[in-house]
Amino acid sequence: MARTQSAPVAGRETESPRPATAGARPPKTRRGLRKRVELTALLAPAIVLFIGFVIVPMVFAAWYSLYNWSGFGPLNDFIGVQNYTGVLTGPVFHQALLHNVIIAVLSLVIQLPISIGLALLLNRRVRGRTFLRLAVFAPFVLSEATAAVMWYELLQPGGPLDALLKAVGLGGLVHYWLASTSLVLYSVFVVATWKYIGFGIVLLLAGLQGIPPELREAAAIDGATPWQVTRAITLPLLGPTIRIWIFLSVIGSLQLFDLVWIMTLGGPANASSTMLTYQYTNGVQRTQFGYGATVSVVLFFISLIFALAYQRYALRRDTAGALTRAVL
Amino acid sequence: MRGSRKPAIVATAVAAALTIAACSSSSSSSTSSTSASSSSGSSAKVTLTWWNNGNTQPLLGVWQSVVAAFHAAHPNVTISMNPIQSDLFTTKMPIALKSDNPPDIFQQWGGGQEATQYTSGKLANLSSLASGWISELGEAAAGWQVNGEQYGIPYDQHVVGFWYRKDLFAKAGITSPPTTIAQLESDDAKLKAAGITPISLGGGSRWPDAFYWEYFAVRECSESVLQSAIKAVNMSAPCFTQATKDLTAFMATNPFQGGFNATQAQTGAGSSAGLLANGKAAMELQGDWETSVVPALTSDKNIISQLGWFPFPQVPGGAGAPTAVLAGGDGFSCTTGASEPACAEFLQYIDSTPVQEELVQKAGVGLPANSAAESVLTNPALQAAAKAHDTAAYQAEYFDIAFPTDQGQALDTALANFFAGKGSNETIINSVSSSSGH
Repeated sequence: MARTQSAPVAGRETESPRPATAGARPPKTRRGLRKRVELTALLAPAIVLFIGFVIVPMVFAAWYSLYNWSGFGPLNDFIGVQNYTGVLTGPVFHQALLHNVIIAVLSLVIQLPISIGLALLLNRRVRGRTFLRLAVFAPFVLSEATAAVMWYELLQPGGPLDALLKAVGLGGLVHYWLASTSLVLYSVFVVATWKYIGFGIVLLLAGLQGIPPELREAAAIDGATPWQVTRAITLPLLGPTIRIWIFLSVIGSLQLFDLVWIMTLGGPANASSTMLTYQYTNGVQRTQFGYGATVSVVLFFISLIFALAYQRYALRRDTAGALTRAVL
Repeated sequence: MRGSRKPAIVATAVAAALTIAACSSSSSSSTSSTSASSSSGSSAKVTLTWWNNGNTQPLLGVWQSVVAAFHAAHPNVTISMNPIQSDLFTTKMPIALKSDNPPDIFQQWGGGQEATQYTSGKLANLSSLASGWISELGEAAAGWQVNGEQYGIPYDQHVVGFWYRKDLFAKAGITSPPTTIAQLESDDAKLKAAGITPISLGGGSRWPDAFYWEYFAVRECSESVLQSAIKAVNMSAPCFTQATKDLTAFMATNPFQGGFNATQAQTGAGSSAGLLANGKAAMELQGDWETSVVPALTSDKNIISQLGWFPFPQVPGGAGAPTAVLAGGDGFSCTTGASEPACAEFLQYIDSTPVQEELVQKAGVGLPANSAAESVLTNPALQAAAKAHDTAAYQAEYFDIAFPTDQGQALDTALANFFAGKGSNETIINSVSSSSGH
């Protein structure tokens, strides 16, 4: 649409730049204009949606967070930062935040090594590799609601898991997986691991595909053991993928909701609460929408600060070029 | 609300998840508006949008036939029905009542929740429009009043009591249901001795926990103390503390199934209703809706005839009437606008004896708002529940509905925490004091 009959083809233009003459627009500008029009036309729908459904609601949330508002009636009870004081000093919120952090840390310490190990394994030519890849990825395809209902049933007292443990002579390990306030968070974490490990593995497998086999072969010829090859070549080259996985995992841990809500409602006694179950309980169920908006804003800033810091310190090299003009 | 918590948890949960997604980027600009338009004038054509929670059979079918029959009798009035899962009303109503185009008729559980919605200024005062017939509902209508005015009208009522399995009682040698807490405790012991879990409790859903403490409070507190506590949103009267003591003593006898804190109320065979349905527990303290919940949770075709009902036992020394019941119900509100008379007429039709009988016979309603329809009840257990409700000295509305939503939910949470061993009498009593429960 932006292409006019006089517009020169971009490639030729660069090959044989003509001196700008009076009256004629400099080709560079014309090209820039066309590019801008194209960009505008192609990006407009996405930008409109993004502004309408992300930016505007965020602004509204920030606005509501300054009011004591039940959701009914006008916004007229301005209370300044009182909601923020309530959220940030509330022991129940601290508990929920701590749970998010525990999940995030456990993800890094437990899910990451398992993901890397399984990805390395599944990257080799083993019998039934396709099936195994499918098997580890399958849970990720399930919706969170389905997975949560399924595990809720499996973890019932006297349910299938308990029966299995008893059948293999491990009856002593049977616990109230979801009813015990000291266990429930870890039960939820195990389910989350089961659910998301496949995603990590697929991500890492893709990363492994990008490592040229020549490097490993060369190292092997030089006499490196497989372990040395893995440690000195594969893992460092997998670095960007691992760093992206960590980023996604931490953000996902901070925003954990569906699994927890369906399995436990954040209970018993907040033992498995997360920031979002806290938000739903105290904002939506109690119809304190101003307070709920505050929790959203706090969660947004926690995620934003983490994201910016992580981009700045961990992802800087990986994303160089993707986000800057320099390599365009 | 309770009665229709039976629809699949998945839907609820998914909805909750979607809500959260919407809420964490809280959208206000988009209203879930309805397209109905209502025009004024008695002869002009009117279309009323109706949001109800009959999203599953059999209630859905009954409402559809009610809509058709009403339209046949009132050709000028078209009801456009929009069935919505119960829990979604929590999030949909605030947005709808803020919009310029709220539904003309919507599901209403009365009490403090209605009072909270009343602040929107969009609820129609039906007092004068319904003055000719509302008295037929008797005391039931009072739960749908705000400041003595009728801003909602019930179509059925609920009463909470113990459902029990006759076969398991017989197996444990219990000949008649207990009438005092001491008897209940000794029956629990007999059941345990026979290897049967005495009582199932859906602590994972939170609100079933609250029934116990609330019933102890109803037994310990006089009607006037209860009423003023609800009105003032203040539970500092000593009888509430006594209720906590009673509950603590009762819980010390371990009457519930293991791991009850994570058991959901109505979802699957492992839920508290499912445990009762499958003979894994002998009793459950639940609403009269239990008969519409349990058949789906077991393969036992005769489950309903296996269930009996008895009221919450007496607590010696309490100031509350021994026959008082914990109760509630379902109803509808109209929104302000030109269609109010047609809306009131429709609600009158729903409360008419033929529709009420249809609700009892087809939709499993145990306690119709219009007690004339109780004559078609055939289930003896439901008849017992209805009788206890109708002859009660007074009906105390479940506290989480009676209090404003914020405080009611805070109380439920505090009680669930107490059942999970966290919290104390103070956390329960103080939960309803403004925003201390966060």
